[in-house]
Amino acid sequence: MKADNETLLLRGLAKNDRKAIETIYREHYNLVQALVLKNNGTAEDAKDVFQEAMIVLYEKAKSESFTLTSQLGTFIYSVCRRIWLKRLMHQNRFMIAEEGELELIGVEAEVEEQEQHNHEFATMEKAIGSLGEPCKSLLEAFYLEKRNMQDIALSFGYTNADNAKTQKYKCLMRLKKLFFSTYNSNA
Amino acid sequence: MDELKMLEQIERYINGQMSPDERVQFEQLRKTNPEIDQMVVEHTFFVHQFTHFDEIKKFKSKLNDIHIDLAEKGAIQSTRLQGRAKVVYLVNKYKRVAAIAASIAGITAIALSSLVVSVSPKAPAKEIAQLSRQIDALKRKDQELNQELNQVKNHVTTAPPDITYKTGGTGFLINTKGLLATNAHVIQNASHVVIQGNNGKDYAVQVVFMDMAKDLALLQIVDSSFKAPASLPYAIKQTPGELAEPVFTLGYPRNEIVYGEGYLSAKTGFKGDTMTYQIAIAANPGNSGGPILNKAGEVVGILSTKQTSAEGVVFATQSKFIHRAIDSLRRQDTAFGKVKLPNAGSLKNLDRTQQVKKIKDFVFMVKVN
Repeated sequence: MKADNETLLLRGLAKNDRKAIETIYREHYNLVQALVLKNNGTAEDAKDVFQEAMIVLYEKAKSESFTLTSQLGTFIYSVCRRIWLKRLMHQNRFMIAEEGELELIGVEAEVEEQEQHNHEFATMEKAIGSLGEPCKSLLEAFYLEKRNMQDIALSFGYTNADNAKTQKYKCLMRLKKLFFSTYNSNA
Repeated sequence: MDELKMLEQIERYINGQMSPDERVQFEQLRKTNPEIDQMVVEHTFFVHQFTHFDEIKKFKSKLNDIHIDLAEKGAIQSTRLQGRAKVVYLVNKYKRVAAIAASIAGITAIALSSLVVSVSPKAPAKEIAQLSRQIDALKRKDQELNQELNQVKNHVTTAPPDITYKTGGTGFLINTKGLLATNAHVIQNASHVVIQGNNGKDYAVQVVFMDMAKDLALLQIVDSSFKAPASLPYAIKQTPGELAEPVFTLGYPRNEIVYGEGYLSAKTGFKGDTMTYQIAIAANPGNSGGPILNKAGEVVGILSTKQTSAEGVVFATQSKFIHRAIDSLRRQDTAFGKVKLPNAGSLKNLDRTQQVKKIKDFVFMVKVN
Protein backbone atom coordinates (compact mmCIF):
# COMPACT_ATOMS: atom_id res chain seq x y z
CA MET A 1 0.00 0.00 0.00
CA LYS A 2 2.75 2.37 1.03
CA ALA A 3 4.82 1.52 -2.02
CA ASP A 4 1.85 2.28 -4.29
CA ASN A 5 1.41 5.61 -2.61
CA GLU A 6 5.05 6.43 -3.10
CA THR A 7 4.90 5.53 -6.79
CA LEU A 8 1.98 7.89 -7.15
CA LEU A 9 3.90 10.61 -5.36
CA LEU A 10 6.87 10.17 -7.69
CA ARG A 11 4.63 10.35 -10.71
CA GLY A 12 3.18 13.56 -9.33
CA LEU A 13 6.66 14.90 -8.70
CA ALA A 14 7.71 14.10 -12.26
CA LYS A 15 4.79 16.20 -13.47
CA ASN A 16 5.92 19.01 -11.17
CA ASP A 17 2.68 18.69 -9.20
CA ARG A 18 2.63 20.98 -6.20
CA LYS A 19 0.50 18.68 -4.03
CA ALA A 20 2.93 15.78 -4.45
CA ILE A 21 5.97 17.95 -3.67
CA GLU A 22 4.21 19.31 -0.60
CA THR A 23 3.42 15.84 0.67
CA ILE A 24 7.01 14.64 0.30
CA TYR A 25 8.28 17.81 1.92
CA ARG A 26 5.89 17.50 4.85
CA GLU A 27 6.75 13.88 5.54
CA HIS A 28 10.51 13.92 5.26
CA TYR A 29 11.85 17.37 5.98
CA ASN A 30 11.99 17.26 9.78
CA LEU A 31 14.23 14.22 9.90
CA VAL A 32 16.75 15.86 7.55
CA GLN A 33 16.70 19.09 9.52
CA ALA A 34 17.40 17.20 12.73
CA LEU A 35 20.38 15.49 11.09
CA VAL A 36 21.90 18.74 9.85
CA LEU A 37 21.29 20.65 13.09
CA LYS A 38 22.91 17.88 15.10
CA ASN A 39 25.97 18.02 12.86
CA ASN A 40 27.21 21.58 12.89
CA GLY A 41 24.59 22.91 10.48
CA THR A 42 21.95 25.60 10.55
CA ALA A 43 18.29 25.46 9.55
CA GLU A 44 19.30 27.27 6.38
CA ASP A 45 21.80 24.49 5.58
CA ALA A 46 19.10 21.91 6.21
CA LYS A 47 16.77 23.61 3.78
CA ASP A 48 19.52 23.74 1.13
CA VAL A 49 20.44 20.10 1.53
CA PHE A 50 16.85 18.91 1.50
CA GLN A 51 15.99 20.89 -1.60
CA GLU A 52 19.07 19.55 -3.31
CA ALA A 53 17.83 16.04 -2.59
CA MET A 54 14.41 16.98 -3.92
CA ILE A 55 16.04 18.02 -7.19
CA VAL A 56 17.84 14.68 -7.36
CA LEU A 57 14.55 12.92 -6.80
CA TYR A 58 12.83 15.10 -9.38
CA GLU A 59 15.40 14.27 -12.05
CA LYS A 60 15.11 10.59 -11.19
CA ALA A 61 11.32 10.61 -11.25
CA LYS A 62 11.33 12.16 -14.71
CA SER A 63 13.46 9.43 -16.24
CA GLU A 64 11.34 6.46 -17.19
CA SER A 65 13.97 3.92 -16.26
CA PHE A 66 13.91 4.86 -12.60
CA THR A 67 12.29 2.63 -10.03
CA LEU A 68 12.67 3.21 -6.36
CA THR A 69 14.54 0.31 -4.80
CA SER A 70 14.06 1.47 -1.24
CA GLN A 71 11.50 3.44 0.67
CA LEU A 72 11.20 7.05 -0.40
CA GLY A 73 12.22 8.28 3.06
CA THR A 74 15.35 6.14 3.04
CA PHE A 75 16.37 7.46 -0.35
CA ILE A 76 15.91 11.11 0.62
CA TYR A 77 17.64 10.68 3.95
CA SER A 78 20.59 8.86 2.38
CA VAL A 79 21.04 11.52 -0.30
CA CYS A 80 20.85 14.34 2.26
CA ARG A 81 23.29 12.65 4.57
CA ARG A 82 25.75 12.11 1.75
CA ILE A 83 25.48 15.74 0.55
CA TRP A 84 25.92 17.10 4.06
CA LEU A 85 28.89 14.85 4.75
CA LYS A 86 30.56 16.13 1.60
CA ARG A 87 29.93 19.75 2.52
CA LEU A 88 31.35 19.22 5.98
CA MET A 89 34.42 17.62 4.52
CA HIS A 90 34.83 20.62 2.25
CA GLN A 91 35.06 22.83 5.34
CA ASN A 92 37.36 20.31 7.02
CA ARG A 93 34.73 19.44 9.55
CA PHE A 94 33.29 16.03 10.19
CA MET A 95 30.14 14.37 11.35
CA ILE A 96 30.03 14.01 15.08
CA ALA A 97 26.73 12.38 15.84
CA GLU A 98 26.49 8.86 14.48
CA GLU A 99 22.97 7.62 14.11
CA GLY A 100 22.65 3.86 14.41
CA GLU A 101 19.06 2.96 13.89
CA LEU A 102 18.28 4.56 10.51
CA GLU A 103 18.53 2.53 7.36
CA LEU A 104 20.86 3.85 4.66
CA ILE A 105 21.43 3.02 1.01
CA GLY A 106 24.37 3.80 -1.23
CA VAL A 107 23.75 6.96 -3.26
CA GLU A 108 27.27 8.04 -4.19
CA ALA A 109 26.56 7.91 -7.92
CA GLU A 110 23.39 10.00 -7.57
CA VAL A 111 25.10 12.67 -5.51
CA GLU A 112 28.05 12.76 -7.89
CA GLU A 113 25.69 13.23 -10.81
CA GLN A 114 23.89 15.98 -8.96
CA GLU A 115 27.19 17.78 -8.41
CA GLN A 116 27.75 17.73 -12.15
CA HIS A 117 24.24 19.17 -12.64
CA ASN A 118 24.95 21.86 -10.08
CA HIS A 119 28.09 22.78 -11.95
CA GLU A 120 26.16 23.03 -15.21
CA PHE A 121 23.46 25.06 -13.53
CA ALA A 122 25.96 27.53 -12.06
CA THR A 123 27.77 27.80 -15.40
CA MET A 124 24.56 28.55 -17.26
CA GLU A 125 23.47 31.00 -14.59
CA LYS A 126 26.71 32.90 -14.95
CA ALA A 127 26.58 32.81 -18.75
CA ILE A 128 23.00 34.09 -18.89
CA GLY A 129 23.85 36.67 -16.24
CA SER A 130 26.56 38.18 -18.39
CA LEU A 131 24.59 37.87 -21.63
CA GLY A 132 22.36 40.87 -20.96
CA GLU A 133 19.22 42.10 -22.67
CA PRO A 134 17.61 41.83 -25.18
CA CYS A 135 19.54 38.61 -25.93
CA LYS A 136 18.29 36.87 -22.79
CA SER A 137 14.62 37.56 -23.49
CA LEU A 138 15.05 36.79 -27.18
CA LEU A 139 16.49 33.32 -26.49
CA GLU A 140 13.92 32.63 -23.79
CA ALA A 141 11.10 33.59 -26.13
CA PHE A 142 12.39 31.17 -28.75
CA TYR A 143 13.67 28.19 -26.78
CA LEU A 144 11.48 28.24 -23.69
CA GLU A 145 8.23 29.88 -24.72
CA LYS A 146 8.61 28.31 -28.20
CA ARG A 147 7.21 31.36 -29.92
CA ASN A 148 7.66 31.64 -33.67
CA MET A 149 10.00 34.15 -35.29
CA GLN A 150 7.20 36.23 -36.80
CA ASP A 151 5.72 36.79 -33.37
CA ILE A 152 9.12 37.47 -31.78
CA ALA A 153 10.05 39.99 -34.47
CA LEU A 154 6.83 41.84 -33.76
CA SER A 155 7.16 42.04 -29.99
CA PHE A 156 10.91 42.81 -29.99
CA GLY A 157 10.53 45.48 -32.65
CA TYR A 158 12.52 43.85 -35.47
CA THR A 159 11.46 44.79 -38.97
CA ASN A 160 10.97 41.20 -40.09
CA ALA A 161 11.39 37.57 -39.06
CA ASP A 162 14.71 37.26 -40.89
CA ASN A 163 16.11 40.12 -38.89
CA ALA A 164 14.98 38.52 -35.65
CA LYS A 165 16.53 35.24 -36.80
CA THR A 166 19.90 36.89 -37.33
CA GLN A 167 19.72 38.53 -33.94
CA LYS A 168 18.76 35.28 -32.28
CA TYR A 169 21.65 33.54 -33.99
CA LYS A 170 24.12 36.14 -32.77
CA CYS A 171 22.74 35.94 -29.23
CA LEU A 172 22.91 32.16 -29.25
CA MET A 173 26.51 32.20 -30.41
CA ARG A 174 27.43 34.63 -27.65
CA LEU A 175 25.73 32.57 -24.97
CA LYS A 176 27.35 29.39 -26.25
CA LYS A 177 30.73 31.03 -26.11
CA LEU A 178 30.13 32.27 -22.56
CA PHE A 179 28.84 28.90 -21.45
CA PHE A 180 31.43 26.65 -23.03
CA SER A 181 34.40 28.79 -22.02
CA THR A 182 33.63 28.07 -18.35
CA TYR A 183 32.18 24.64 -18.88
CA ASN A 184 35.16 23.25 -20.76
CA SER A 185 37.78 24.87 -18.58
CA ASN A 186 36.31 23.21 -15.47
CA ALA A 187 35.40 19.89 -17.00
CA MET B 1 25.54 33.42 -42.85
CA ASP B 2 25.81 29.81 -44.03
CA GLU B 3 26.12 28.80 -40.43
CA LEU B 4 22.84 30.52 -39.65
CA LYS B 5 21.11 28.42 -42.30
CA MET B 6 22.82 25.31 -41.02
CA LEU B 7 21.66 26.05 -37.50
CA GLU B 8 18.12 26.45 -38.74
CA GLN B 9 18.34 23.05 -40.43
CA ILE B 10 19.72 21.49 -37.26
CA GLU B 11 16.93 22.97 -35.18
CA ARG B 12 14.29 21.70 -37.57
CA TYR B 13 15.95 18.31 -37.47
CA ILE B 14 16.08 18.20 -33.66
CA ASN B 15 12.50 19.36 -33.34
CA GLY B 16 11.32 16.78 -35.88
CA GLN B 17 10.00 19.40 -38.29
CA MET B 18 11.60 17.89 -41.36
CA SER B 19 9.71 15.94 -43.98
CA PRO B 20 10.75 12.24 -44.16
CA ASP B 21 12.72 12.86 -47.38
CA GLU B 22 14.56 15.82 -45.92
CA ARG B 23 15.29 13.82 -42.83
CA VAL B 24 16.90 10.98 -44.70
CA GLN B 25 18.99 13.46 -46.65
CA PHE B 26 20.10 15.26 -43.50
CA GLU B 27 21.03 12.05 -41.75
CA GLN B 28 23.13 11.12 -44.75
CA LEU B 29 24.85 14.49 -44.48
CA ARG B 30 25.51 13.88 -40.79
CA LYS B 31 27.14 10.58 -41.54
CA THR B 32 29.42 11.91 -44.22
CA ASN B 33 30.31 15.18 -42.55
CA PRO B 34 31.63 14.79 -38.99
CA GLU B 35 31.72 18.58 -38.55
CA ILE B 36 27.98 18.81 -39.02
CA ASP B 37 27.46 15.80 -36.81
CA GLN B 38 29.44 17.56 -34.08
CA MET B 39 27.31 20.68 -34.51
CA VAL B 40 24.12 18.64 -34.07
CA VAL B 41 25.46 17.01 -30.92
CA GLU B 42 26.66 20.27 -29.47
CA HIS B 43 23.48 22.14 -30.23
CA THR B 44 21.29 19.40 -28.78
CA PHE B 45 23.36 19.42 -25.62
CA PHE B 46 23.26 23.18 -25.35
CA VAL B 47 19.53 23.55 -25.90
CA HIS B 48 19.01 20.85 -23.31
CA GLN B 49 21.24 22.78 -20.87
CA PHE B 50 19.34 25.96 -21.56
CA THR B 51 15.86 24.50 -21.04
CA HIS B 52 17.01 22.36 -18.13
CA PHE B 53 18.42 25.42 -16.40
CA ASP B 54 15.08 27.16 -16.64
CA GLU B 55 13.22 24.08 -15.43
CA ILE B 56 15.43 23.65 -12.36
CA LYS B 57 15.29 27.35 -11.61
CA LYS B 58 11.50 27.21 -11.55
CA PHE B 59 11.55 24.01 -9.53
CA LYS B 60 13.86 25.59 -6.97
CA SER B 61 11.63 28.61 -6.54
CA LYS B 62 8.64 26.31 -6.16
CA LEU B 63 10.49 24.39 -3.43
CA ASN B 64 11.28 27.62 -1.65
CA ASP B 65 7.68 28.65 -1.91
CA ILE B 66 6.48 25.37 -0.45
CA HIS B 67 9.08 25.57 2.31
CA ILE B 68 7.88 28.97 3.48
CA ASP B 69 4.28 27.90 3.15
CA LEU B 70 4.73 24.75 5.22
CA ALA B 71 6.83 26.52 7.84
CA GLU B 72 4.12 29.11 8.28
CA LYS B 73 1.44 26.48 8.63
CA GLY B 74 3.61 24.67 11.15
CA ALA B 75 3.61 21.51 9.04
CA ILE B 76 7.40 21.33 9.28
CA GLN B 77 9.47 22.42 12.24
CA SER B 78 9.94 26.16 12.24
CA THR B 79 13.31 26.89 10.75
CA ARG B 80 13.83 30.23 12.37
CA LEU B 81 15.37 30.49 15.77
CA GLN B 82 14.08 33.64 17.30
CA GLY B 83 15.40 36.36 19.60
CA ARG B 84 17.63 35.13 22.42
CA ALA B 85 17.68 31.56 21.26
CA LYS B 86 19.29 32.57 18.01
CA VAL B 87 21.90 34.75 19.72
CA VAL B 88 22.81 31.98 22.15
CA TYR B 89 23.00 29.53 19.28
CA LEU B 90 25.28 31.78 17.24
CA VAL B 91 27.50 32.62 20.21
CA ASN B 92 27.97 28.96 20.98
CA LYS B 93 28.66 28.14 17.40
CA TYR B 94 31.22 30.85 16.74
CA LYS B 95 32.80 31.65 20.09
CA ARG B 96 35.95 29.67 19.37
CA VAL B 97 36.36 31.18 15.91
CA ALA B 98 35.71 34.67 17.30
CA ALA B 99 38.30 34.23 20.05
CA ILE B 100 40.94 33.08 17.56
CA ALA B 101 40.11 35.89 15.14
CA ALA B 102 40.28 38.51 17.89
CA SER B 103 43.68 37.37 19.12
CA ILE B 104 45.08 37.25 15.57
CA ALA B 105 43.78 40.76 14.94
CA GLY B 106 45.36 41.98 18.18
CA ILE B 107 48.76 40.49 17.44
CA THR B 108 48.69 41.81 13.88
CA ALA B 109 47.82 45.31 15.04
CA ILE B 110 50.66 45.41 17.56
CA ALA B 111 53.15 43.97 15.08
CA LEU B 112 52.13 46.41 12.38
CA SER B 113 52.29 49.47 14.58
CA SER B 114 55.76 48.59 15.84
CA LEU B 115 56.85 47.99 12.26
CA VAL B 116 55.50 51.35 11.15
CA VAL B 117 57.21 53.14 14.01
CA SER B 118 60.54 51.50 13.23
CA VAL B 119 60.59 52.10 9.48
CA SER B 120 58.96 55.52 9.07
CA PRO B 121 61.50 58.17 8.09
CA LYS B 122 62.59 60.54 10.82
CA ALA B 123 63.26 63.91 9.29
CA PRO B 124 63.09 67.10 11.30
CA ALA B 125 60.03 69.21 10.59
CA LYS B 126 62.05 72.34 9.99
CA GLU B 127 63.22 70.89 6.70
CA ILE B 128 59.96 71.98 5.20
CA ALA B 129 59.76 75.45 3.83
CA GLN B 130 56.54 76.93 2.70
CA LEU B 131 56.91 78.39 -0.69
CA SER B 132 55.09 81.63 -0.21
CA ARG B 133 56.99 84.58 -1.49
CA GLN B 134 58.23 87.64 0.30
CA ILE B 135 57.45 90.32 -2.18
CA ASP B 136 60.11 92.91 -2.31
CA ALA B 137 58.40 95.92 -0.85
CA LEU B 138 61.26 98.21 -1.84
CA LYS B 139 60.38 97.77 -5.46
CA ARG B 140 57.66 100.29 -5.13
CA LYS B 141 58.66 103.85 -5.27
CA ASP B 142 58.12 106.08 -2.31
CA GLN B 143 56.21 108.46 -4.45
CA GLU B 144 53.83 105.81 -5.52
CA LEU B 145 53.34 104.79 -1.94
CA ASN B 146 52.53 108.28 -0.85
CA GLN B 147 50.16 108.68 -3.69
CA GLU B 148 48.38 105.48 -2.82
CA LEU B 149 48.15 106.41 0.81
CA ASN B 150 46.60 109.71 -0.15
CA GLN B 151 44.15 107.95 -2.35
CA VAL B 152 43.10 105.68 0.49
CA LYS B 153 42.61 108.70 2.69
CA ASN B 154 40.61 110.55 0.09
CA HIS B 155 38.37 107.86 -1.33
CA VAL B 156 36.50 105.03 0.28
CA THR B 157 36.15 102.51 -2.46
CA THR B 158 34.95 98.93 -2.74
CA ALA B 159 37.75 98.20 -5.13
CA PRO B 160 40.71 96.28 -3.74
CA PRO B 161 42.44 98.56 -1.27
CA ASP B 162 45.80 99.85 -2.31
CA ILE B 163 48.15 98.11 -0.01
CA THR B 164 51.69 96.94 -0.23
CA TYR B 165 51.44 93.18 -0.45
CA LYS B 166 54.25 91.53 1.39
CA THR B 167 53.81 87.88 0.60
CA GLY B 168 52.26 85.93 -2.19
CA GLY B 169 51.68 82.69 -3.92
CA THR B 170 49.74 81.24 -6.79
CA GLY B 171 46.12 80.21 -7.20
CA PHE B 172 44.06 78.78 -10.04
CA LEU B 173 40.43 78.79 -11.04
CA ILE B 174 38.48 75.62 -10.28
CA ASN B 175 35.13 76.65 -11.66
CA THR B 176 33.82 79.23 -14.08
CA LYS B 177 32.17 81.29 -11.34
CA GLY B 178 35.44 82.61 -9.94
CA LEU B 179 36.31 80.01 -7.31
CA LEU B 180 40.08 79.52 -6.87
CA ALA B 181 42.21 76.98 -5.09
CA THR B 182 45.46 77.87 -3.37
CA ASN B 183 47.46 76.88 -0.27
CA ALA B 184 46.19 77.69 3.18
CA HIS B 185 49.68 78.80 4.25
CA VAL B 186 49.74 81.42 1.49
CA ILE B 187 46.82 83.27 2.97
CA GLN B 188 47.10 82.54 6.65
CA ASN B 189 47.41 85.60 8.91
CA ALA B 190 46.31 87.73 5.98
CA SER B 191 44.39 90.91 6.49
CA HIS B 192 43.93 91.48 2.78
CA VAL B 193 44.05 89.09 -0.13
CA VAL B 194 43.82 90.02 -3.79
CA ILE B 195 44.70 88.13 -6.91
CA GLN B 196 46.43 89.40 -9.99
CA GLY B 197 45.75 87.92 -13.37
CA ASN B 198 48.17 87.28 -16.19
CA ASN B 199 47.05 90.61 -17.62
CA GLY B 200 48.29 92.45 -14.52
CA LYS B 201 44.83 93.33 -13.25
CA ASP B 202 43.91 92.95 -9.56
CA TYR B 203 40.69 91.32 -8.40
CA ALA B 204 39.22 91.36 -4.88
CA VAL B 205 38.65 87.91 -3.37
CA GLN B 206 37.10 86.44 -0.25
CA VAL B 207 38.43 83.41 1.59
CA VAL B 208 35.60 80.88 1.66
CA PHE B 209 37.40 77.75 2.85
CA MET B 210 40.58 76.99 4.74
CA ASP B 211 42.05 73.71 5.91
CA MET B 212 45.50 74.04 7.46
CA ALA B 213 45.94 70.28 7.83
CA LYS B 214 45.63 69.69 4.09
CA ASP B 215 47.14 73.11 3.34
CA LEU B 216 44.21 73.95 1.12
CA ALA B 217 42.21 77.17 0.80
CA LEU B 218 39.46 78.27 -1.56
CA LEU B 219 39.00 81.88 -2.62
CA GLN B 220 35.97 83.40 -4.28
CA ILE B 221 36.44 86.35 -6.65
CA VAL B 222 34.01 89.06 -5.57
CA ASP B 223 35.12 91.73 -8.00
CA SER B 224 32.51 92.96 -10.48
CA SER B 225 35.19 93.54 -13.10
CA PHE B 226 35.94 89.80 -13.25
CA LYS B 227 34.69 88.27 -16.47
CA ALA B 228 33.64 84.67 -15.94
CA PRO B 229 35.12 82.34 -18.57
CA ALA B 230 32.77 80.07 -20.52
CA SER B 231 34.65 76.95 -19.46
CA LEU B 232 37.89 75.79 -17.90
CA PRO B 233 40.43 74.02 -20.11
CA TYR B 234 41.50 71.54 -17.42
CA ALA B 235 39.72 68.95 -15.27
CA ILE B 236 40.27 68.48 -11.52
CA LYS B 237 41.08 64.79 -11.08
CA GLN B 238 39.44 62.71 -8.35
CA THR B 239 41.90 59.86 -8.64
CA PRO B 240 45.55 60.12 -7.63
CA GLY B 241 48.29 60.54 -10.18
CA GLU B 242 50.61 57.69 -11.16
CA LEU B 243 54.17 57.20 -10.07
CA ALA B 244 56.67 58.59 -12.60
CA GLU B 245 53.93 60.46 -14.41
CA PRO B 246 55.37 63.62 -16.00
CA VAL B 247 53.80 66.77 -14.54
CA PHE B 248 54.12 70.52 -15.00
CA THR B 249 53.17 73.61 -13.07
CA LEU B 250 52.57 77.29 -13.61
CA GLY B 251 53.17 79.83 -10.88
CA TYR B 252 54.31 83.28 -9.87
CA PRO B 253 57.70 83.05 -8.15
CA ARG B 254 58.23 86.49 -9.65
CA ASN B 255 55.91 89.01 -11.22
CA GLU B 256 55.83 87.00 -14.40
CA ILE B 257 54.13 83.63 -14.81
CA VAL B 258 56.75 80.85 -14.77
CA TYR B 259 56.52 77.34 -16.19
CA GLY B 260 58.21 74.34 -14.59
CA GLU B 261 58.16 70.65 -15.29
CA GLY B 262 59.08 67.44 -13.49
CA TYR B 263 57.61 64.11 -12.54
CA LEU B 264 55.64 62.49 -9.75
CA SER B 265 58.37 60.86 -7.69
CA ALA B 266 56.40 59.30 -4.81
CA LYS B 267 52.76 58.69 -4.06
CA THR B 268 53.16 59.98 -0.51
CA GLY B 269 54.57 63.21 0.79
CA PHE B 270 56.89 64.31 3.59
CA LYS B 271 57.31 61.56 6.22
CA GLY B 272 54.89 59.31 4.39
CA ASP B 273 52.00 61.81 4.45
CA THR B 274 49.26 60.17 2.37
CA MET B 275 47.48 63.43 1.61
CA THR B 276 50.32 64.69 -0.58
CA TYR B 277 52.64 63.55 -3.34
CA GLN B 278 56.34 64.02 -3.71
CA ILE B 279 57.23 65.72 -6.94
CA ALA B 280 60.58 66.40 -8.52
CA ILE B 281 60.23 69.87 -9.97
CA ALA B 282 62.04 73.16 -9.74
CA ALA B 283 59.97 75.38 -7.45
CA ASN B 284 60.65 78.65 -5.73
CA PRO B 285 58.87 80.71 -3.12
CA GLY B 286 55.77 81.97 -4.88
CA ASN B 287 54.99 78.70 -6.60
CA SER B 288 52.86 77.71 -3.58
CA GLY B 289 49.25 77.08 -4.54
CA GLY B 290 50.00 76.50 -8.20
CA PRO B 291 48.34 73.66 -10.07
CA ILE B 292 50.22 70.42 -10.78
CA LEU B 293 49.01 69.13 -14.12
CA ASN B 294 49.63 65.82 -15.86
CA LYS B 295 50.38 65.41 -19.54
CA ALA B 296 46.70 65.31 -20.44
CA GLY B 297 46.35 68.73 -18.82
CA GLU B 298 44.39 67.49 -15.82
CA VAL B 299 45.00 68.96 -12.38
CA VAL B 300 46.38 66.23 -10.11
CA GLY B 301 47.59 68.35 -7.21
CA ILE B 302 48.42 71.70 -5.67
CA LEU B 303 52.06 72.55 -5.14
CA SER B 304 52.60 73.31 -1.46
CA THR B 305 55.95 72.80 0.26
CA LYS B 306 59.53 71.82 -0.43
CA GLN B 307 62.16 70.04 1.54
CA THR B 308 64.92 72.53 2.36
CA SER B 309 67.58 69.86 2.87
CA ALA B 310 67.17 68.46 -0.63
CA GLU B 311 66.99 70.19 -3.96
CA GLY B 312 64.02 69.65 -6.23
CA VAL B 313 61.95 67.76 -3.65
CA VAL B 314 58.51 69.34 -3.60
CA PHE B 315 55.26 68.18 -2.07
CA ALA B 316 51.83 68.69 -3.53
CA THR B 317 48.37 68.30 -1.98
CA GLN B 318 46.33 65.73 -3.91
CA SER B 319 43.63 67.20 -6.11
CA LYS B 320 40.91 64.96 -4.68
CA PHE B 321 40.96 67.17 -1.60
CA ILE B 322 39.62 70.02 -3.71
CA HIS B 323 36.59 67.84 -4.35
CA ARG B 324 36.39 67.06 -0.63
CA ALA B 325 36.58 70.76 0.20
CA ILE B 326 33.74 71.53 -2.21
CA ASP B 327 31.68 68.76 -0.60
CA SER B 328 32.12 70.26 2.85
CA LEU B 329 31.41 73.76 1.50
CA ARG B 330 28.15 72.47 0.08
CA ARG B 331 27.15 71.16 3.47
CA GLN B 332 28.00 74.42 5.23
CA ASP B 333 26.56 76.92 2.80
CA THR B 334 23.68 76.46 0.40
CA ALA B 335 25.17 79.18 -1.83
CA PHE B 336 27.73 76.56 -2.91
CA GLY B 337 25.10 73.90 -3.55
CA LYS B 338 25.48 74.18 -7.29
CA VAL B 339 29.25 74.45 -7.48
CA LYS B 340 30.56 72.00 -10.05
CA LEU B 341 34.18 71.21 -10.67
CA PRO B 342 35.27 70.59 -14.25
CA ASN B 343 35.61 66.85 -14.83
CA ALA B 344 36.60 66.94 -18.46
CA GLY B 345 39.39 69.03 -19.88
CA SER B 346 40.08 70.04 -23.46
CA LEU B 347 43.88 69.79 -23.46
CA LYS B 348 44.45 66.11 -23.97
CA ASN B 349 46.05 65.95 -27.38
CA LEU B 350 47.61 69.39 -27.52
CA ASP B 351 51.34 69.97 -27.30
CA ARG B 352 52.70 71.58 -24.17
CA THR B 353 53.01 75.14 -25.53
CA GLN B 354 49.39 75.07 -26.64
CA GLN B 355 48.32 73.65 -23.27
CA VAL B 356 50.18 76.32 -21.33
CA LYS B 357 48.82 79.04 -23.58
CA LYS B 358 45.31 77.90 -22.71
CA ILE B 359 45.93 77.44 -19.00
CA LYS B 360 47.88 80.57 -18.16
CA ASP B 361 44.84 82.86 -18.09
CA PHE B 362 43.34 80.72 -15.34
CA VAL B 363 46.36 80.89 -13.04
CA PHE B 364 46.60 83.94 -10.79
CA MET B 365 49.10 85.52 -8.47
CA VAL B 366 47.78 85.61 -4.92
CA LYS B 367 48.94 88.71 -3.08
CA VAL B 368 48.65 88.92 0.66
CA ASN B 369 49.15 91.61 3.23
